[in-house]
Amino acid sequence: MATAAIEIENLTKDYPFGFLHLKKRTSLEGLTMSVENGEVFGFLGPNGAGKSTTIKLLMGLIFPTAGTARILGKPISDISMHADIGYLPEQPYFYDYLTAAELLDYFARFHDLSAQDRKARVDLMLKKVGLETARKIQLRKYSKGMLQRVGLAQAILHDPKVVILDEPMSGLDPVGRREVRDIILELKQAGKTVLFSTHILSDAETLCDRVGVIVGGKLRGVGAPDEIVGIRAQGLEILFEYTGASDALQGLLSKATQTGTRYRMQVPESALYAAMQQLCGVGAKVVSVTQVKATLEEYFMHLVEADRAQAPAVEVSGK
Amino acid sequence: MRRVGIVALNTFREAVRDRVLYNLVFFALAMIAASILVGQISIGIEQMVIVNLGLSAISVIGLLIAVFIGVGLVSKEMEKRTLYALLAKPVRRWEFLLGKFGGLLLTLTVNTIAMAVGLFLALSIIKQSDEHPEAAVLVAVYFILLKLALVVSLALLFSCYTTPLLAILCTAGLYIAGLFVKEMRGFQSETMSRALQSFLHGLSYVLPNFENFDVMAAAAHARAIPRALIAQNTLYAALYCAVVLAAAAAIFTRRNLK
Repeated sequence: MATAAIEIENLTKDYPFGFLHLKKRTSLEGLTMSVENGEVFGFLGPNGAGKSTTIKLLMGLIFPTAGTARILGKPISDISMHADIGYLPEQPYFYDYLTAAELLDYFARFHDLSAQDRKARVDLMLKKVGLETARKIQLRKYSKGMLQRVGLAQAILHDPKVVILDEPMSGLDPVGRREVRDIILELKQAGKTVLFSTHILSDAETLCDRVGVIVGGKLRGVGAPDEIVGIRAQGLEILFEYTGASDALQGLLSKATQTGTRYRMQVPESALYAAMQQLCGVGAKVVSVTQVKATLEEYFMHLVEADRAQAPAVEVSGK
Repeated sequence: MRRVGIVALNTFREAVRDRVLYNLVFFALAMIAASILVGQISIGIEQMVIVNLGLSAISVIGLLIAVFIGVGLVSKEMEKRTLYALLAKPVRRWEFLLGKFGGLLLTLTVNTIAMAVGLFLALSIIKQSDEHPEAAVLVAVYFILLKLALVVSLALLFSCYTTPLLAILCTAGLYIAGLFVKEMRGFQSETMSRALQSFLHGLSYVLPNFENFDVMAAAAHARAIPRALIAQNTLYAALYCAVVLAAAAAIFTRRNLK
C-alpha cells in the first residue's frame, strides 16, 4: 500500500502570550488528515483559521505543541526531505537587492544542480511564470503580483514531488490567477502532489481533488468538493410555465419567482411529487426539474457561521 | 559546508549592494589626506599619530558594521520573512546562521584590508624615521579582525532571541565590559564581600576579553608583538566564537518563526 504524500496526526499548536507567557492561545487543535500522492488538495478557511500555521508546521518554520506529521514518509524535522518539497510562503518577500534570475540561481544552488542545469531551470521557470523580460530587474522594483510569480517559480524550480503553496492566488490579477491555475494543473498532470491554501473557493472547486475546511483551528470537513457540498443538498428546483389564474396555484406561486410566464421554485425532495401533481392538475407546463446543490462557498459560510455561534463541529466523512 | 558557503557569499553580495563598502574609498582618501596634514603640524611623531589614528578608525568603523549589520543578519530576515523560502530548501538552521556569520566576516575582512591599505599608503607618504611599524600594524589589524569576529558572533547570539534594539545594547554592553576584564580580575576592596569578589573574578573569565586584542600602543611605537600572543589571541577568538555560535544555533534551531 502506497503511503500518503502528507500525513498529519493530531497536530496541535499553542502560542503562549501575556507578560509571563502563562496564557496560551490554540491556533491549531488536533489536526489529523492526509494528502494522497498525486492529489491536489485545497486547504480552505477564513483568516486566522490555522491554514498558514499548518503549512508553517509542515515546513519546520514553527514547531508543534503536540502531534506529528510526515511528508513523503519522513518526519517534518528531517531537513533532507526539503529537497523534494517546493514551498511558496504567504505574501512572499525576497532579497530585494537580487534580480529574479539571481534569486532563482541562489535557491537552485541548494539543490545540487550543475551550473548548466541551474541556468536551464532558471530560464524555464522565468518563462513559465511570465517574468522573462523582468529577469534582470531587482526585486525591490517588483509589484506584489510579480513577487508572487517569483515565489511560485522558486517553489517549483527544482521539480519537487510535493508542492505546498500558501495563498498562491493572493495579489494576482485575473490573468495571473489563470496562469497559477494552469501551473497547478500542469503539476497535477505531472503526478505531483499539491497542497494549497486559498480564500478563493471557485479556484478550489475547479482545481482540487479534495478540500479540507478548517475553522477556528479545527478541521471541519474533508472530501471531494462535490461530495462535501452534497452533504448540504438543498432540494430540487422546478422550472415551469403557467398562464392560468393565480388562484389555482396560490400555495405554490407564493414560493416561486416569476420571469414573464415562467416560474422558478425550490421544493424539498419529499414535496416534489405533490408539487408536480398540483402543477399538472392546473395545466402548468413543467420545463425542467434539477437538483439544487450548495456551492462550496455556501458550505464554507455555513461552517464559519456555525463556529462563530460556538456550534458543535459538523461531521463530514472523508475519503 | 557547501551550503554555509552559499549563504555566506549571498550575505557578502548583500553587503556590497547595500553600499557598505563604499566607505572604504572615502576612508582611504581621508587617511592619505590626514597624513599630509599631520606631517605638516607634528614634528617627529607623525608616524605614531598616523598609526593610532588609522587603527582607531579601522576598529571603530569595523565595530559599527559588526554590531549594526550583525544584529540585522538574522532579525531582518525574520522580520521581512525572506528566511521562509530559504529554510524550505535543504538548509539547516545552523548552516544558515554560520553562513550569515561567514558572510559578514568576509565583508569585514575586505573592509579592513581596504582600510589597512589606506593606512599603509599614508605611512609611506609620511615615512621619515628609521622605525618600521609595518609588521606590528599588520598584527594589530589582524587582532582587530579577530575582535570583530567575536563581536559579530555576540550580535548574532543576541539577535536570535531578542529585539534588534536590545541586541545592539547587549552587544555594545558586552563589548564595553570586555574592555575591562583585567581590572575586574584584579579588583579588590575592603568593603566588598568575598562572595562578590569571587563572582566578579569568575565573571571576568566568562566575559569576552577584548583588552588582549589591543596592541595599538605597541604598533604605534613599532614594537614587535610576540608570536605567543598572536597564537593565544587566535585560539581564544576561535574558541569563543565557536561557543557563542553554538549557543546561537541552539537557540535559533528551536525558535518559532513569526
